[in-house]
Amino acid sequence: MGFSSSLPQLVWDTKGLVVVVLVLVSHGTVLFLQVVRGVVESLKIITRQASLRVAEYAFHYAKANGRERVSAIHKANIMRKTDGLFLKCCREVAEKYPEITYEEVIIDNCCMTLVKNPGTFDVLVMPNLYGDIISDLCAGLIGGLGLTPSCNIGEGGICLAEAVHGSAPDISGKNLANPTALMLSAVMMLRHLQFNDQADRIHNAILQTIAEGKYRTADLGGKSSTSDYTKAVCDHI
Amino acid sequence: DTTRESPSSEWWRGDMALRRLLQGIVLPRTTGRHVGASFSTEAGETIRATLFPGDGIGPEIAESVKQVFNVAGVPIEWEEHYVGTEVDPRTESFLTWESLESVRRNKVGLKGPMATPIGKGHRSLNLTLRKELGLYANVRPCNSLPGYKTRYDDVNLVTIRENTEGEYSGLEHQVVRGVVESLKIITRQASLRVAEYAFHYAKANGRERVSAIHKANIMRKTDGLFLKCCREVAEKYPEITYEEVIIDNCCMTLVKNPGTFDVLVMPNLYGDIISDLCAGLIGGLGLTPSCNIGEGGICLAEAVHGSAPDISGKNLANPTALMLSAVMMLRHLQFNDQADRIHNAILQTIAEGKYRTADLGGKSSTSDYTKAVCDHI
Repeated sequence: MGFSSSLPQLVWDTKGLVVVVLVLVSHGTVLFLQVVRGVVESLKIITRQASLRVAEYAFHYAKANGRERVSAIHKANIMRKTDGLFLKCCREVAEKYPEITYEEVIIDNCCMTLVKNPGTFDVLVMPNLYGDIISDLCAGLIGGLGLTPSCNIGEGGICLAEAVHGSAPDISGKNLANPTALMLSAVMMLRHLQFNDQADRIHNAILQTIAEGKYRTADLGGKSSTSDYTKAVCDHI
Repeated sequence: DTTRESPSSEWWRGDMALRRLLQGIVLPRTTGRHVGASFSTEAGETIRATLFPGDGIGPEIAESVKQVFNVAGVPIEWEEHYVGTEVDPRTESFLTWESLESVRRNKVGLKGPMATPIGKGHRSLNLTLRKELGLYANVRPCNSLPGYKTRYDDVNLVTIRENTEGEYSGLEHQVVRGVVESLKIITRQASLRVAEYAFHYAKANGRERVSAIHKANIMRKTDGLFLKCCREVAEKYPEITYEEVIIDNCCMTLVKNPGTFDVLVMPNLYGDIISDLCAGLIGGLGLTPSCNIGEGGICLAEAVHGSAPDISGKNLANPTALMLSAVMMLRHLQFNDQADRIHNAILQTIAEGKYRTADLGGKSSTSDYTKAVCDHI
């Protein structure tokens, strides 16, 4: 899946300097160089291929789900070539979807707007690090990882939905856990499979159960067990 | 970028830039010995401070600060400098050599918003200030303002951002067509320096906890080195609690429960993101103070909002950010009495809600708001 290239091998044999060797580059891998003692580098790699791929998915998703706007999050004013390439790719894809509004938002402005007025955002597409930060920030806005669905898209149309919270060993086996995140992720999987009818019914059942407030697990401030909450969702379907 | 350059020439250029950077690092350099420089003054002695009113609303809000300082009896004499209309070849910027020398000499300054000049052949104003004055740490205290409601009521934290290296080292190159790299550089020297300042600041301001924000689980060597340096400094301050928080957890906690944080110290990129995030928590850049710490004990306080040309000259601007930044400058100079009085006057004025500028939902003009603050002193 990676793009590989080799970079020249640099060897300095002067006292105080350490050998620098670069071998393989594949997208998403971070390489570490120790150039001199006390100076470390990390490589951020952006490729046209990967940027186009995620931009294509973002616009496809927006269109398939009736979303109106895609915002590319970046710091291209500082990282002109790397984030600049990412933006360039997003723009190319945007041209193929004239019905969807495309905008570019600098990462720090984005965070500030998210905490002041998150309702202004629709679909956000981002490179890896910003995505890590923003996706967890947004999970926090709605209540945390225990409520946040997630899915991973792979080559060849693979969709792996996942709950992004931890395994919570302290409450494991005690019928206390909140299954919402996994349920909502499963709903994402259904939508991917275009079982939209069942997806909507399950999704609405979950939303209603939480909204009514009668059956809530401990992490949401309630007293229900996992099985009670699940039964409530089932009853709502 | 479609011109096909030979990969080795691109790499070499990047390498040359890296060598220049390293030359700057490896040469002996004074560390922040004057981190806690005390400006002791005898009664009646004034301190000279550089003032950059800036562009757009800058001159108006700078005027507000001067008024407030007069009323509070702050013994400061301002040296005003403006951004020039021509590039000064000595600085490669619209900021003149004299302006920079003024800050170097006075060691303390206040800067309003500066509009970015268009065109090439010169360095950006912020970059010029940062490089020429050796500004290595950006400090932003974020406190929920009583009476100005946001979603968060209990924000009381300080972000301290390393401002010289990290992801913003400016070293990017194309490897082959369609593959671009950017170098993130972390050095022991810069990390120690900002960590030293963070703990010094925490101790000097009675803060109890310093949290280092990182992604060292992924970026083991770079963020790992940053953390290592923070730990070394932490050992010298056993009375201050030290913890390490991963950046994504940090952001999530900040939007769920920001009151849990105290002092945050971070490398450049995370600092950029987190400091603006925290500004958003308390109401935005119009209310957020900021100051930059430079080598040799330089403190350049600045308003981090824009120059707002659309309301410039109309007596509508909100001077709070510049005023609070000026308060930071006073604390750095250890004029704590006047700093407290001005700070409380600002908080009271906003809390009472009678005099608020348009951006806070009120109707007052800049001058009315300023007068209200003066009256409260």
